[in-house]
Order: sequence, then C-alpha cells, then structure tokens
Amino acid sequence: MPVLASGRVTYVGDPVAMVVAQDRYIAEDAAGLIVVDYDEEDPVVTIDDAKTGPLVHPDTDSNVCAATGNEDGDEELEATLAAAPHLVTLAFEHQRISQSPMETRGVVVAPQGNGELTIYLSCQGPQLNARWFAEALGLPRTAIRVIAKDVGGSFGLKGQPWREEVAVVLAAMHLRRPLKWIEDRLENLTAANQAREQQIRVRAAFDHDGRLLASHAEYHLNNGAWPQGADSNIAVMMFLWGAHKLPKFDFYSRGWFTNTVGLAAYRGPWAIESLAREVLLDRAARQIGIDPIEIRRRNLIRRTDLPWTTPMGLELTDISPAECLDVLVSKIDVAAFRAEQAKAREQGRYLGLGVATYIEPTAGSTGVAVLMSESAHIRVEPTGMITAVVSTHSQGHGTQTTMAQVIADRLGVPYEHVSVYEDDSSRGGYGSGAYGSRQAVAGGGACIRAAELLLERIKRAAAHILGARTEDIELREGMLHVLGDRPQTVSLRDLADIAYGDPDRMPDGEAGLEVQYRYRPPPITMTSAAHACIVEVDAQTGFVQIKRWVTSEDCGVLINPAVVEGQIAGGLAQAIGSVLLEEVSFDARGNPTAATYKDYLLPTIFDVPDFEYHHDASMPSQAEGGFRGVGEGGCIVGPPTLVNAIADALIPFGEIALELPLTPARLLAHIEGRREIAERAKPAEASTPPPADQSAGAAAEPARNEATPSAPQEPVVSAAAATIDGDWTFVLSTPMGPQAFNGRLSTDGDRLTGVFIMNMDEAHFTGTVDGNHLKWDLKVTKPMSITLKYEATVDGDTLTGKCKMGIFGSAKLSGKRVSSAASAQGRG
Amino acid sequence: MSRHDIQVHINGRTQHATVEGRLTLSDFLRGVAGCTGVHVGCEHGVCGACTVIVDGAAVRSCLMLAVQADGTRITTVEGLADADGTLHPVQQALRDEYGLQCGFCTPGIVMTLAALTAGATRPEPAQVMNALSGHICRCTGYQGIRRAALRLCGIAPSSPEQAHG
Repeated sequence: MPVLASGRVTYVGDPVAMVVAQDRYIAEDAAGLIVVDYDEEDPVVTIDDAKTGPLVHPDTDSNVCAATGNEDGDEELEATLAAAPHLVTLAFEHQRISQSPMETRGVVVAPQGNGELTIYLSCQGPQLNARWFAEALGLPRTAIRVIAKDVGGSFGLKGQPWREEVAVVLAAMHLRRPLKWIEDRLENLTAANQAREQQIRVRAAFDHDGRLLASHAEYHLNNGAWPQGADSNIAVMMFLWGAHKLPKFDFYSRGWFTNTVGLAAYRGPWAIESLAREVLLDRAARQIGIDPIEIRRRNLIRRTDLPWTTPMGLELTDISPAECLDVLVSKIDVAAFRAEQAKAREQGRYLGLGVATYIEPTAGSTGVAVLMSESAHIRVEPTGMITAVVSTHSQGHGTQTTMAQVIADRLGVPYEHVSVYEDDSSRGGYGSGAYGSRQAVAGGGACIRAAELLLERIKRAAAHILGARTEDIELREGMLHVLGDRPQTVSLRDLADIAYGDPDRMPDGEAGLEVQYRYRPPPITMTSAAHACIVEVDAQTGFVQIKRWVTSEDCGVLINPAVVEGQIAGGLAQAIGSVLLEEVSFDARGNPTAATYKDYLLPTIFDVPDFEYHHDASMPSQAEGGFRGVGEGGCIVGPPTLVNAIADALIPFGEIALELPLTPARLLAHIEGRREIAERAKPAEASTPPPADQSAGAAAEPARNEATPSAPQEPVVSAAAATIDGDWTFVLSTPMGPQAFNGRLSTDGDRLTGVFIMNMDEAHFTGTVDGNHLKWDLKVTKPMSITLKYEATVDGDTLTGKCKMGIFGSAKLSGKRVSSAASAQGRG
Repeated sequence: MSRHDIQVHINGRTQHATVEGRLTLSDFLRGVAGCTGVHVGCEHGVCGACTVIVDGAAVRSCLMLAVQADGTRITTVEGLADADGTLHPVQQALRDEYGLQCGFCTPGIVMTLAALTAGATRPEPAQVMNALSGHICRCTGYQGIRRAALRLCGIAPSSPEQAHG
C-alpha cells in the first residue's frame, strides 16, 4: 500500500497529495489549487460488484482478499438441513459504519536529535503504535516516542497509524521540522477506515421442540481497497453458535476488495454473529410456535453442561448466557408485558419485547501476535507515593482509575496515593492498549501480580529493618504494621526513604522498592450477557421509541461498577445507532454520500434510554482477579435486542425485512404495505405466529454450495520430470492474511520429508510423493490443536497447492524454488 | 483576504487581534486565544463540542466568525471553574454523575448547561434535554449526562439501588 497514491487511485478518498503550510487555511487554499486528472474506470463498490467486477488491484488474481471455510459444501450437513422438521433461513446485509470518534485522527510529530521522533498521536495505545511506526520507518522502537494523552475516542479506528499519519511523519523527517495534522470531519467520514459492511446468510435446522440440529452460514465482508489487515472474520463463525448445543455446523466466508475506503476494527468486529443468530432464533420461535425465551433456554449451554466443545473447536469452560437470561427474565414481567402488548394493539399501538444473549471472547492471549500480554511497573517513590507505568490505555475507558484501584487494593495504600501512567511509550511497558476488551483482565492481572510482588518486597524490607517476621507485617492505608505482642508501625514513606537513601539497611543491601511484571492472561476470558428491551413503534410515522432496556451481565469481578456500566451503555448507544440511524453510503460510482453528520446520523440523548444493569449472574473468571472484559459487549448484544423488539412490535404486519438501518421510512413502508394483515390479525390474536406468506425461508432453499465432483487433479507428469528436492519459499493464504515462510523438501522414492521454517521455529513433516504430486499432514497446536492437510503439485520451480485446515476451510499454498546460489547465501 | 481588528473579552480578559474575515471563532479561540478546551468535532454545527457562551448565549463557535465576535464577552470552559480550582456546579454535576468518558464532547455540553442554568430560575427538564439533543457524545450513551442535567434542574437522580431495581 502506498502512503500516497501514485499513478492510480483505488477509491474516493485515496490520498494523492499533501500540502504543508503555516496554517490550515493556507493549506486548504493550496490544496484547492491542485488539479488531478482522473481517468475513470468502472468501480467495484459493493460486495456483489466485487464478486463479478474487474480487479480492484490489478496485481492480484481475484478480488478475494481473505478466505475461510468449506468451499465444497458438506453433503451430510445439507442432508440434515433438508430433512429437518424446521429449517429457518435468515439472509441480510449489514450497512457500513463509521467508527466516528468525536475526536478525529490527528498527529503532531517533532523530529528530535539524531533520528529520533516525538509523535503525539490520537490512538488506541502508544506502545503498539510506536512499534508500528518503528517497523514502518526502520527505526529502533526506543527512537520513537509516542505520546497519547487524552484521546477523544477510537472504537477500533485508531489501532494503528494509517496513511495520513505516516505521511505526516515522513514529511516531518524530510523537512526536519515539527508538523501537525488534524483530520476534519469530511475527511474522517470519507477517508478514514470504516467497518461492518457485510452479507450473511444463515440456515439453521430445528427439531419439533425447537432444538438445533445443524446450521450453515455464508458470510462476505467488504474490506475496501486497503484494509487494516485483510479479513474474512473467522470470529463470526467461531461465535455464531458459540454458546449453543449445536451438533453440526459448516461455513463459507470471504473477504472482498472493493474500490472503497478500507476496513478497520469497530467495537465487536464480529458482532454480526449475534445479530444473525438472535434474529434467526426469534423467527424460528415464531415459525415453530414456541416462546422466544424458551427456544433460547432449550439451546443455550448452561454452566452445568460445561466443559463443552463446539463444532468450531471452541472449548468452553466458563460461560453463563443461560444464567444471565434467568436473571434477566426475573427482572421483566413477561406475562404482564404480553397482556399490555395485546391491549395496546387493540388501540392501534405497537409494543414489542426483544431478548438476546451472547458470549464474547475478551482479553485473548492467543492467535494474534500483538495481543499476548500486558505489563505493569510499580514503584514506591522515595516520597512513599506509588507510581505505576502500565501498558493499558484509555480513550475514555477509565483505565487510570481502575488500575489505580487494583493496585491500591492489593498493596494496602490509599487510592489517592497511586498515580498511573499509560500514555507515553518512552516510559516503558510494552503492550497493546485498548484492543479486544482486554484491559481489565490483562492489564488488571499485570497490576495485581506486580503489586503482590512489590508488597512481598516491602514486607521483607520492613521485617528486616524492624526485626520482625515477614508474615507479621501488614500494609494498611499506607502504614506498615507489625502484628503480635509488640505492635509497632512505620510509614511506607519512611521505608522508602531507607530503600533509596540508605540501602545498606535493606535485606541483601538491595536498593529501591519497585517491581515489574508482564502478565499473560488465559487464552480467552469469556463474558456473557442477556439483554431485553421494550419498544413502541408508531404505526403513523414508523418512529421507534425505546421504552425500557434491561441488561444482565456476567462481567466477573467488577473493579469499578460505574466504569463497567459506562462501557455497557456506550456500546448500547452505538448498537442503537447501527440499528436505527447510522449508514455510510455510496452512489453507484463509489462517491460517499454521507459526508457530514447531517447525513451520517449518530444517536442523540433522545435516542438512548436509561439502561438498567444487573450483575447477579456474575462469577469470577479464571483470570487473575476474576475480571472479565466488558468493552465491546453492548455493541454486540445490543443490535439483536433492539431488532427483535421492533420485529415483535410489528409482527401484526408480518415479519419485517432486516434492512439496516431500520429507518422510520423503511418501517413505515413495511407497515403500510401490510396493513390488511394487521386488520386480519387484530382481534385478540395478538401473539400468534406470523402469517404463512412470511415464512422466511421455511421451504428448504437449494443449497448454495451444491456438491461438485472432486476438484480436477493436476495432470501427473513423470517423477523424473519433477525435481522436488531443495529449498523453497512458501506463501500460505491464511485467515489472518498471507504468511510467508521458508522450507525444505526432500524425497526418497514415494516418501516425502520436509520442514517449514518460520520465526526461528521449525515444523517437520513426512508425506507421500506420487509423480510431482505431494501430500503431507502437519499437526499444529496454536492457536488451537488442528491437523493441517497439505496437497501440492510441483511444476518446475513453482509449487501450487492447498492446505485443508479442518473447520477453517482450505487455504492456498504457493511455493517458489530458491536457487541454489541464493540458498547457499541465505544459509551462510 | 480581508483583515479586521477585533477586541473580544474572553474569560474576563481582553484579547486584541487582527484576523482574516474567514477565520472561525472556534479556530480563533483555540489558535489565537489559546482556549484549547474549545473542541472542534464536526465544523458544521451538528456535534456541539465547540459550544461557547457569547454574551450569555450558548453558541457553536464553528458556525460563527471571529469578526462577528468583535466586542462580545465570551466564556469558554477554561473560564468556568473558580481560580482555586473549585468546579462550576455544571462541571461538578457531570463529574459526580460519571457524565463523561473520553471527554471530547464534554466542554460543549458543559457550556450549554452553564448557559441554561445561569439564570435565577431553574430550567425545565424538557428545555434542557432539547438543548442537549444538539450535542453528540459517542462514548457514554448519555446516561450520566442526563442524570447530571436532571440534577441541575433540581430533580434528584435515582439512587443506585433504584437504578439496579
């Protein structure tokens, strides 16, 4: 990806030139003088365009940028779906969303001394951003100081520096002077990365009692031209039925390049799984004729069912969506609501109740190389005050507050005595910042472990100096107490004085009171929740009023309830926006048509109700401190909760089409198109299932992935023609993007031995040779235990093949022979 | 480009400047007067983050030119707290009710609420909510902002027990 486009642009908003000036007004004048002549080609705007249109990047062989899942279909699964008593299909598109932090992207960069940079950056974490800059610029990370003080929101957008930020840094290095760039809102809505534009089609089969039998999902994600990591979003498939007793599942996912601005994360990037599942479950309940809460109870995995391994290989040991649902149902009087709803319908008022549950993987420490651990460095200052440098980062997350609370609690000092620093990469503490709902769990765990080590050291020092036993020392409110017959106290300040000023008196003469700890949390810490909301839809205007919203969460141990609930509320507000208001839109030529906040509508105070929070179902997690992540959940479970409520309200008019956002105009069109159904349904039968003509795919549709004969084999040439032995470089197109590595192959008759070498790690394998056709298996344990089945054909100096990755589908493998001269050099 | 001499009273001090006709009040307050608490979120009058008080009225400083402010008295968020750091009642209410997360929209909300509560009589909740509907907060879902606003209208927010009912 070029920093600035050169010769060819790939989307409207692709940066082509930058102007450096004394102030923004002059810079805009100058930018207005730049005339660019564009030769227009036919743009690929939508996912459907990408499937059939010209190549977005001429140097690629297709518009597929990432692929997972089973292309060939699964006959057994199809048979189960076809034979099931109930087959429910839900297909819809999710609109594109702008993360829209209120503070746009921005950077101030000042070159310092000999090749050093100080970069003030609006970002999600200074540590990781310093690393990205270092890698992009080929500088040591220590030479780059990223400072990110108060950041005005991010929500996934500012995880890594992007083209504009890098361009400003390069220009500052070139001009040898400080430069500043602050994005304006027009740029933000047209040129900053965006999220969520997706298609999904889920089929699920149920038995007569509404129990799941099998499911298949097909999924497509618009990655734009330059995504922040090409993605077909495996998490959608991992969590679609991640908490349900589903015997069989298969899927097919594709990420697509288009001529639009690229994909970045947005709070709960895989959230469409919850929307699809929960809306489908409600439709299934109506189709089968059972209660929507009951269908969830019959299918959710309860705590008593654990451990449980899903068809996707997800090993569940600690989830509680069913228990959250129990608490939720106890807080809402469903029977009373149904009576009120029936009565309201008689008066032409349409009330609806929506319920949804979900589980969310938080604080992952597996699978993503930059999200493994977090660090905390805690020091008792000579003044007796505590300073902590941690690798968390707040863009409104309150991590400075929560980390200080955790440290104060564990050490035994007043909260006011603890200062937390997390906003300057030069202070140490490499970590990732705000990613994947990880900070309470991973950062909190680091703070706990570091505080415990520090407390141990404090106690040993105090015991040594006071001639007491370590186990008799207690630190409370910043004072060290010697318990026992001869109580005495010493302040932490006095102890620190000795530790730094007179270290000969310390045990072993070791100076200072400080500790650093890097914590790696469990691979995944699950958060669960169940939400309900009640809406009224005005049949005259199509306007949705949210009357009540009840949340029931298992967030584990709460560090600070106000911060936890603030995260839930913020996510829910964004959920409401995505269901009712927000949409990044383009015309047919790929021009953005929502370039201001008058077109891209964000929720206001009138759109968001008061939320009720219940933590009764909370259980400590297996992570240090028992915490669970809570950053993204509201944005994941909120959309289906609200959609289900609207669908329930409008069921007298038939099943609503899930066209997001559900604007008043769309809902009104639905109501007005079906008013006669409402008239028919009106008398007393308020809660009957929808009319038969809205059966939402009740008839089994022909499977999209029709079974095809096995893939044509490459023609086999004689063994003599194919020289296989030697050094190779390989590229495997994995769900995480292309991975390049080196390897060696050698043959002995029909026996193949080989090795893949990546990151100083070797993976050895053996297999079979048939002419120029190779087959081998490779067992891997990370990110999960799986056997990779390789097949490849060698043709001269190239190798083509594929790798079957179990449920993750197959990935393309390509190889090039390393010439013997080069390989000799490489090994030297 | 036209240039104009203006004199503006900002947070109790007088600021003289020569400005271009096209300079927005928000850019003037941030860049010339140093009031960087004026946050510029959209520059088209929707988000409300840049709200300041001009001669007693809450105004979007991105939609006003600096020359139009000639001779006015302006209060920005920097001018609200007492010299000893005691917060303005609006600031205190937002702090007590967790009315902010990232804080970017907060100065504008503070100024709107300060303008509405400056008079002798308490404003009506409906009036305050209407005014707040012109402010976009992307973080909080408005929960604490609404509680703080109701408190400023003299309506005690529900206790945590009630909220958790």
